[in-house]
Amino acid sequence: MQGRLTRVNLAALAIGLAFLYLPIAILVIYSFNDSRLVGVWGGWSLRWYRDLLGNQAMLDAAWASLRVAVLSASIATVLGTLAALALVRAGRFAGRTAFVAMIYAPLVMPEVITGLSLLLLFVAINIDRGFWTVVIAHATLTLCFVTVVVQARLLDFDRSLEEAATDLGCPPWRVFMTITLPLIAPAVVAAWMLAFTLSLDDLVIASFTSGPGATTLPIRIYSEVRLGVKPEINAVCTIMIAVVASVLIVASLLSKLTVASRTQRSA
Amino acid sequence: MVRFEDVSKRFGATAAVDRLSLDIFPGEFFALLGPSGCGKTTLLRMLAGFETPDEGRILLDGSDIAAVPPHRRPVNMMFQSYALFPHLTVAGNIAFGLRQEGLPKTEIAERVGAMMALLQLGRLGERRPDQLSGGQRQRVALARSLVKRPRVLLLDEPMAALDRKLREETQFELMDLQARLGLTFVIVTHDQEEAMKVADRIGVMNHGRLVQVALPEEIYEKPNSRWVADFIGDVNLIEGRVTVADADGVVVEAAEGIRFQADATDGAKTGETVWVALRPEKIAIASITDGKRADALYGEVLEIGYRGDVSVYKVRLDNGLVMKAAAANTMRRVAQPFGCNDRVVLSWARDAVAVLTR
Amino acid sequence: MKRSWSMILVVAVPYLWLAAFFLVPFLIVLKISLSQTALAQPPYLPVLDLAAGWRGLRGFVTALSLEGYALLFSDPLYLFSYLKSLAIGAGATAILLLLGFPLAYALARTPQPAQGVLLVLVVLPFWTSFLIRIYAWMNILQRDGLLNGALQALGVVDAPIPWLATDAAVMIGLVYSYLPFMVLPLYASLQKMDTALLEAAADLGAPAWKTFWLVTVPLARPGIVAGSLLCFIPIVGEFVIPDLLGGSQSLMIGQTLWIEFFGNKDWPVASALAVALLAVLLVPIVLYQRQQMRALEGGR
Repeated sequence: MQGRLTRVNLAALAIGLAFLYLPIAILVIYSFNDSRLVGVWGGWSLRWYRDLLGNQAMLDAAWASLRVAVLSASIATVLGTLAALALVRAGRFAGRTAFVAMIYAPLVMPEVITGLSLLLLFVAINIDRGFWTVVIAHATLTLCFVTVVVQARLLDFDRSLEEAATDLGCPPWRVFMTITLPLIAPAVVAAWMLAFTLSLDDLVIASFTSGPGATTLPIRIYSEVRLGVKPEINAVCTIMIAVVASVLIVASLLSKLTVASRTQRSA
Repeated sequence: MVRFEDVSKRFGATAAVDRLSLDIFPGEFFALLGPSGCGKTTLLRMLAGFETPDEGRILLDGSDIAAVPPHRRPVNMMFQSYALFPHLTVAGNIAFGLRQEGLPKTEIAERVGAMMALLQLGRLGERRPDQLSGGQRQRVALARSLVKRPRVLLLDEPMAALDRKLREETQFELMDLQARLGLTFVIVTHDQEEAMKVADRIGVMNHGRLVQVALPEEIYEKPNSRWVADFIGDVNLIEGRVTVADADGVVVEAAEGIRFQADATDGAKTGETVWVALRPEKIAIASITDGKRADALYGEVLEIGYRGDVSVYKVRLDNGLVMKAAAANTMRRVAQPFGCNDRVVLSWARDAVAVLTR
Repeated sequence: MKRSWSMILVVAVPYLWLAAFFLVPFLIVLKISLSQTALAQPPYLPVLDLAAGWRGLRGFVTALSLEGYALLFSDPLYLFSYLKSLAIGAGATAILLLLGFPLAYALARTPQPAQGVLLVLVVLPFWTSFLIRIYAWMNILQRDGLLNGALQALGVVDAPIPWLATDAAVMIGLVYSYLPFMVLPLYASLQKMDTALLEAAADLGAPAWKTFWLVTVPLARPGIVAGSLLCFIPIVGEFVIPDLLGGSQSLMIGQTLWIEFFGNKDWPVASALAVALLAVLLVPIVLYQRQQMRALEGGR
């Protein structure tokens, strides 16, 4: 559906986008505020960023979060892609309905339930909570998102491409590596990024499943924020926004570049 | 070369292929023709190895290929969608099959180059499939399956995506290519003109069974059933009863009282219900000039279908029967020789009449 | 085709992972919700002793109790917590639908290259941390924050209004955080709609508002259902937003659970709360799953 932009539509878009972006913009601007009082503008300054560099606890938390996010996103991407293949390609198998339920339920399941149940599992099998329990918890949650993203791509996939490769003498596993995987790669990469940001973002499940020495950035920020607004937190948040934004920009530039180089080579 | 022995394939309750037997000979251009859903593509896919027969055997060069997985079968398929790999170049697509055989790089380059030259794909080697025209894609798909030098090349509706003009050119190219390479081609198509033009032999399929396997001329001129006569080309089918059947010929009397004389026909016995098949182009249409002739039928033009090269006239005969007659437009003129409601006379030669018993 | 070993592996690996880390944990929650609090590590009784075999199992089963659940029903605090969560979930979903529909509609009707850009702009905040987005609202809503500053400067109010720690602040936070989850499914179903349908309706004599009501809304139904469920279900169990923006006098169920678990260390009650929450959300979750399956696999 497409058409003209009527004045009503334009207003809806403007108000919607303002609502989405204004709070973030205010937060970014106030991270450069010299005043400790949040409501008072005391001129531009980088002092909160300087303070941040000396905040070892915050830096440790950021590092832990990054490692958790990279690891859990990678595990989730492998498992989620397998799950998507199972859903689209394996046809009917025993317990498929249960499988589908386990894929879709975590997408909407309140995090307190998922977090609590995973914690109780770790307690029941007597695993000390720490770095790896958070990784497993995040991988479990995000693999469902990966599955949904990759599954959508696989459903669009033209099966005759794989048949053509087989017909030309390609054994099954090599068909997957040379034809299927390269063609679903954009979805797999997008799914990894989604899993990465979801892991970086998560507070509730991490709070349940992490232990001493595995404090992630959201847990750290949350413990500070509960006590009220602080300018340092504004600075941390601004850096996180900048990181996510630059990752997104680089990713979209990369995909544009590959498209451009393809067209160039063949022209 | 290829032999199907009592092959059946069911999808759920429906039989896509139903106890079908067929022999395809080496060097032959064989067409499987039938309406959509008749099982022709399933038959082709069983030969390629993408479907397994529920019953029966498929032999290639005398040996059963049931145990051979699709990627090891010496047959190659050209897909209806072409199935060109979008992430590979034209040259990469064509070389794909040879790379699977692990041939040396120089040989691959040589054979890919030769195949591209043969199919006039000269400077397109570095392009991607999405930068090609429909005709070029079709040729890349053909090159990709031919470069493997298959024992049998399978073509699944290879020209469905091309426009009419391009399709006709490609049909001639395909025939030329087949003759030059001396390969066995099996084409699946629902386009009867295409099948008749390109194929040495045609197998007409319906409901998972082969209805008639014969030369194109035989399929057209001597259809073995009403269904084939009706499926291939335009035909007047008239139900009647055999009144005379002897060595001199058959006489069929239709309900409307018309009598059709035909050459002797197998299986037509006196008193049986049969069908007379008469192709419109074999019926001469003329305006009434002289007195009545005993063997001719008189009528009135109902409708005219002008097709450029020919015109098809729907004529209601005086006894109520409606028949179609076609006349070539040999003269260049806008005014047609007959108009609606004109009185005309239809006539045909005795050997134009085919009598069908089923 | 016969099922190959690799296909079995493809199914089995994620299946087992999910069974181990999603299904089994729930069974454990169910079990602990039937246990009793104990001053022990872990802080509940009985503990299933598999080494004791059948006798251990029987001893375990007889020791189970419904005490946790009894507490849920006896203390109006819990019931109130559930009702409040459901009310806030329904209210927030309704506001999201009212705000999200015009936005999604405008988005779907924007001419092409701009539509792609706008879509990215709507999704982009979703990629930034959700904690950050709530925190941004704390900045604005606090006592000496920007909203009060602006209102006072404009002379609308004399004294600062306590925005934070109110249900209104929770509502703002929820709507703000969940807006993309509402807009995207709505956009997806509106975008698929053929403008010729609107033209056909107009051609057949329907005025614009009737066309909207009789054509656009029914065709957007899958999006409306998906978006509403996608927002409603997690909102009911939401913890962070009410915790940071809401007051402490009346808690949503997610907060109650959190406090029982971390504060009171009462694992059986926390588990019972989780089971009860899941029971309440079971119907919408099943609805959502069926809707998703139809959307993804129905088109084949």
